[in-house]
Parts: sequence; C-alpha cells; structure tokens
Amino acid sequence: MNLWNKLMCYSRRRSPWLFHMNSGSCNGCDIELVASLTPRYDAEQLGVRLEGSPRHADILCVTGPVTRNAVGAIKTVYSQVCGPKAVVAIGSCPATTNVFIDSRTLDGPLDKHIPVDVYVPGCPPRPDAIVQGVARAAQILADRAANKPVVEVKAELPTEEVRQ
Amino acid sequence: MNSLTTALARLLVFPGLLFAIPAAWFFLWVERKSVALMQGRIGPPFMQPFFDFIKLLGKTTPPRNGLGGLLMKAWPLIAVSSAAGAVGLLPVLPLSGGFEGDLILLLALLELPSMCIIAAGFSSRSIFGEIGSAREAVLSVAYNVVFLLAIVSIAASQHTFRLEGLAALQYSPLHLLGIAAILVCLPAKLHINPFSLPNAEQEIYSGPMTEYAGPELAMWELSHGLEWVAATGLVATLVAPHVTVWWLGVLLFAALSFGVVLLLSVVAAATARLQIDTTVRFYWQCTLIFAVLAISSALFMRFRL
Repeated sequence: MNLWNKLMCYSRRRSPWLFHMNSGSCNGCDIELVASLTPRYDAEQLGVRLEGSPRHADILCVTGPVTRNAVGAIKTVYSQVCGPKAVVAIGSCPATTNVFIDSRTLDGPLDKHIPVDVYVPGCPPRPDAIVQGVARAAQILADRAANKPVVEVKAELPTEEVRQ
Repeated sequence: MNSLTTALARLLVFPGLLFAIPAAWFFLWVERKSVALMQGRIGPPFMQPFFDFIKLLGKTTPPRNGLGGLLMKAWPLIAVSSAAGAVGLLPVLPLSGGFEGDLILLLALLELPSMCIIAAGFSSRSIFGEIGSAREAVLSVAYNVVFLLAIVSIAASQHTFRLEGLAALQYSPLHLLGIAAILVCLPAKLHINPFSLPNAEQEIYSGPMTEYAGPELAMWELSHGLEWVAATGLVATLVAPHVTVWWLGVLLFAALSFGVVLLLSVVAAATARLQIDTTVRFYWQCTLIFAVLAISSALFMRFRL
C-alpha cells in the first residue's frame, strides 16, 4: 500500500460525515443521534459532521423499522450517497423491527433492502453507543479503501405492491 | 521577465497557493474550533479540514452528462482559481510590485466565487440549489453596495486604485469608518452566521452545494477557505501599519488575519441566522449610512486638498 492510499485510509477514518434518515422511527433514536453531537458526547472530536445532503455523506444512519412507504426512499437515498459508503442501523427497529414485528405496515428489517455494516442495538441506544457505532463504520470505510470493492444498489421506484 | 517571476512567485508561493492553502485549512479549523469552544465542546482536531479534503478527493461523483455536467465541474475550479488569484494580489510584502488598478482586479476576483456559487446552484437543477442561489444573489446585491462604497471611499481619499497605496495609508477616522463597514460585510461575503442564508442547513439542505459530491465538493471547501484568507487578508493589509522589514510585514499580516478570523468566528457562534428581508434591511438601511458617510467625507477631503 503506497503513501497516498495510507493517507486516504487515515482520512476516511478521521472524517465520517453522516446523513440521518428516518424510516418511520418513533423519534427516540433520532433524538439520541442528535444528542451524540451535543457538548456532553461531542462526536465532532472524531470529525463527525451531520450533513444536509446525502451526496456529501459517507455514512447513512437509518432509524426506524422501515415502513412500506419508506422502502423506496431508503433505496433512493442509499444510491444518492456517493461511494465508498457505509450504513449504520441505529436502534433495535432497523435491526429486527422490534415490537412492531409482523405488522402489515412494515417491510423490514433494514438489511432486506440495503446492506447494513454496523448495528447499534437499543431502544433507544445511548449516544455513546451511537458514537461507537459511527467510529466502527468509519473504520470499515478505511478498510474498504484498502482493498474491498464497494457494493452498489440501484435506485428503484416503489412498486405497485409497495404503494398499496 | 523580472516582473513575471515576481508575479508568479506571488501567485504560487507567498501570499499565493503555497501559503494560502494551508492558511485556508487553518482558518476553517479555527472557525469550527472556536464555535465548538463557545458551545462548551472540545471540537475537531487540528488537521480536520485537511482530512476532510483528502477524503472528499477519494470519493466518487455521480455521472453527469452534457453541457450541464461540464459546467457543474467547471464552477468550483473557477471559484478556487479566482480566490487564489485574489490572495496572490494582496500587497503583503513591501515593494512586491503592483500595478495601477489592481484594486479593481482584486474586487472582481473576490466577487467571482459568489458568482460561481450562484451559477452552480442553478446548473445543478436541484430545487434546494436554486433556492440557495437565489438567496446568494439577493445577499450579494445587499452587501456589495456597502462593501464597494467602503473600499472606493478609502481609495478616493488616497487618489489611487493601487493596493500598495492603500496598504501604506495613514490612520484617519475616515479610514476606520471604511474598515468598519468592510468588516460588517465580511460575514455575508463568507456566508457565516448571521448571514448564512445561502447554505442554511436546517432549511434548504446545503443550498447551492446540495448536488455536489467528492472532489468537486472538496474544491468548494477549498474555495471557501481561500475566500476566508483573501477577505481577512484584505482587512489585514488595510489595518496593518506600514513596515519596511519583510518578515515583520508577513508576521503582522498573519497575526491580523488570525485576529479577524477569530472575531468573525465568535460573531458567527454568538448569533443565529437572520431572515432574507431582515438581512437586506440591515445592509441597506443600517449599514449603508456608514458607507455613505465614508465616501462623502472622502470626496469632501479630496476637494479640500
């Protein structure tokens, strides 16, 4: 691995920019994600920045149990994030659909639709757990820069079944 | 030949690219760090803007075809080169060789990045980009009246459009009035609070930058940093007392620029974003009076002399 690659891996680990996506969450995890940027937890020490546009982001943070309405949006936003990218599933909902399991309004869990790199379990997880998950995802990005190819998912419009 | 090497050295070494790019990253860090400190956080590490830049260079960009795609690639490059040119024109070293009218070139180069931002937002065809560009255009019309009047007032009192003549001028109340008016315009020129309308995160995602990714976004970050260096450097050269020792001049320039960056960051951390009509009213009703006072007294002094 030459010097430029080493620098690139290091920079990817030190500069994770997040895009926050809510797929039908109860807002508990969303509050905790924002709390991880506040003075007490201060994720900016790791270079974390919450970005407004998915085009700028490296890490997609998804909360919520993935409702049927959100599936199309999740796929679109995932394809809008430019590679290399990682996905962090925040809370128990995107990992298992949690207490909403077997609901007919859901089409979860999240890894049915996009590849998930890091799961942060909890209902809601503590902010320090979220910071740890983001740091882990940044490490995965750096490893991926070293050798692995990036998996791309094509954006699809919601099918008829999803719209109903 | 000699003047050409001097010009190249100014553009590429000092105060041009070799100095300006690290200074741009440093100023971006100072801005984020001082905001963090004022909020009771620790804030990003020293090398953060450098890491961000390298990481963005390594990201992919979405495929863009046709003339629109070509233009979207061109705008950030134009913005970076014009901001770097503006930094290169600053008369930091004594006897660094300027030319008659270089102040006008500097003002044009300082204005070009915001023109590029407006064009970039519209050529990205994103609704958020278009709203951001429209806001940037309105903001530009609002502060530029005051900004240009203040600079012209200083130039008129000196009877010259040479930057060196302005850098060497003596202190006077009129001069301070002009510099105060320029300082009030800088937050709007750099899109920081309270005038961060074009890139208002919570309202319109990232404004004109919404569709940009990867190396193009890295160029926008760099051009923003170079704008910081150029704008604060302009104030620093106007404020700095005239010295003949070159290293003292360089040191003074760096220290004064740093002071202006700190002042602007503290103002940004302490204020919230203003609405567009409040912003325009602020510049056209409250601040314009300073600029008009400055230019009228400059003209008055010119007739008296």
